[in-house]
Amino acid sequence: MTKYIIQRIFWLFVVLFVVSFITFSLMHLVPGGPWDREKALDERVVAALNAKYGLDKPFIVQFGNYIAGIFRGDLGVSYSRQDRDVTAILLEGLPKTATLGITAFILAILIGVPLGMAAALKQNSIIDYISVLFATVFASIPGFVLGILLMIIFSVTLHWLPTGGWGSVRQVIMPAFALATLPAAFIARITRASTLEVMRQDYVRTARAMGIKHRVILIRHILRNALIPVITVAGPELAFLVSGSFIIENLFSIPGIGRLFVNGVFARDYGLIMGTILFYAFAVAFINLVVDIMYGVIDPRIRYD
Amino acid sequence: MTVITESVRAHRSLWGDAFIRLRRNRLAITGGVIILLVALTTIIYPFLSKYDFASQDLDSVLTGPSKEHWLGTDELGRDVLTRLIFGARTSLAVGIFTQLIVLGIGLPIGAISGAAGGKIDNFIMRFVDVMYAFPDLLLIILLRAILGGSIYMIFFAIGLVSWVGVARLVRGQTLSLKQRDFVTAARVSGGSGSYVTTRHLIPNSLGPVIVAVTFNIPRAIFAEAALAYIGIGVKPPTPSWGAMIRDGNNVIFAAPHLVLFPAIAIAILMLSFTFLGDGLRDALDPRLRR
Repeated sequence: MTKYIIQRIFWLFVVLFVVSFITFSLMHLVPGGPWDREKALDERVVAALNAKYGLDKPFIVQFGNYIAGIFRGDLGVSYSRQDRDVTAILLEGLPKTATLGITAFILAILIGVPLGMAAALKQNSIIDYISVLFATVFASIPGFVLGILLMIIFSVTLHWLPTGGWGSVRQVIMPAFALATLPAAFIARITRASTLEVMRQDYVRTARAMGIKHRVILIRHILRNALIPVITVAGPELAFLVSGSFIIENLFSIPGIGRLFVNGVFARDYGLIMGTILFYAFAVAFINLVVDIMYGVIDPRIRYD
Repeated sequence: MTVITESVRAHRSLWGDAFIRLRRNRLAITGGVIILLVALTTIIYPFLSKYDFASQDLDSVLTGPSKEHWLGTDELGRDVLTRLIFGARTSLAVGIFTQLIVLGIGLPIGAISGAAGGKIDNFIMRFVDVMYAFPDLLLIILLRAILGGSIYMIFFAIGLVSWVGVARLVRGQTLSLKQRDFVTAARVSGGSGSYVTTRHLIPNSLGPVIVAVTFNIPRAIFAEAALAYIGIGVKPPTPSWGAMIRDGNNVIFAAPHLVLFPAIAIAILMLSFTFLGDGLRDALDPRLRR
């Protein structure tokens, strides 16, 4: 187990290194530079700026400096906002993106698990059909589209909720729901399938034969075992929420990391784009690692060697 | 139902069999029919319509649905229905052409990886792992910034990011097929590596690939809509549903229909492809034969 974790962490570093190399190379292919302004800057100014930020050095040296910086928690300078460095900007956006992502994740579990369980326990009932329909439809409608529909209903028509912004609970409701439905649909689907499977297991029949109360069987035997595959799906879904939220952030004008990224692309802000991609890649890889390790803790049947 | 009285069961090929099963799946057929209708409309409509997607009529701006303009007009007085249909053309083109690129990259790489095995396989699969680590929409945006704004470059950016799934799938298929007797037979009778790969491995792994591609199409459509929505999609005035939503968003209180219609259009087209994909998966998976 320890060996497995060490291997995984080592591999994580390799992947992130290659990801940063590819991103860094791509950044250098983007036409135009960070100093492009509507009014062209004086050549000497550009040269001085390049020298200040080390952009006059060979590519490989620039990359080396960047990697060295990462280990100091320094993701470089933002080219569009000279007063801030990338780390500070990302840390400013992080709480918003994280709050949105985690709220959506909790919502997805709170919607998905009960829906899937109810569908399985009352298989082929009306509840089952509604749940399966929900799972099929919402698994293929992007949160972006749902967000627009929510906005038209609750902001434009009913005037209940603000169309965007950040700072109050009312501004989180719609984006969190828009983000949560897709993973909720997946979680409902998996919960239903795995509950149906567990209900047919011998140990459940044995428990029933022993006269154990229905509710106890439900919680202790069925729920606990049925949730293992759900975690398998929920982990990557959380990672997806982290990276998938950026379009929702733009739709609802939430100043999170995703919106920063889009601003960075328009401003040709190499530093910010690079930092954001690395941040997302790290977050996704880290969540997947944690989930993989958790399987072993939750399900002792899983072995890593 | 007719009762078959012949004692010998008619020969049915894998594909014929799959088609029969697909036909029984009502949702999948609905999806397929909607896709065909949308495709046909995008082809025929330009010949019938008196509007084109770029002509402006500043005397009727932001009007709601009417007899003249079935789905109303936008902030420049352009006919929304016309723009919606031309937007469908953009979406379908993105969906299909990105998948051609995905197949062009994913099929050979997956097949080579699976057929070669050993170090080559290991190297390719590690690279695929790295590609998986990228946040895909962000990478598409970055590639789009590098490649520029023509629609072909958008196909390319989305395709370059989405091939890994197909490569991994084909590799897995190839690995499992390699163990089968008919492949061994072909090899024993002197078939070269490339012969076995192109004649046996690739054709036999096509089923799951078709399913994967069908599921990829709505994702590519969404990616294009997302690009257009944040303002780096196809160049205006070429209509794109994502761009229509972006423009409509500014006047959402005055004219909610401008965002509503393209949003519904995206949802319907994506759902249709997903239903068709679900149906194809059930039809092509021999283990699900009932």
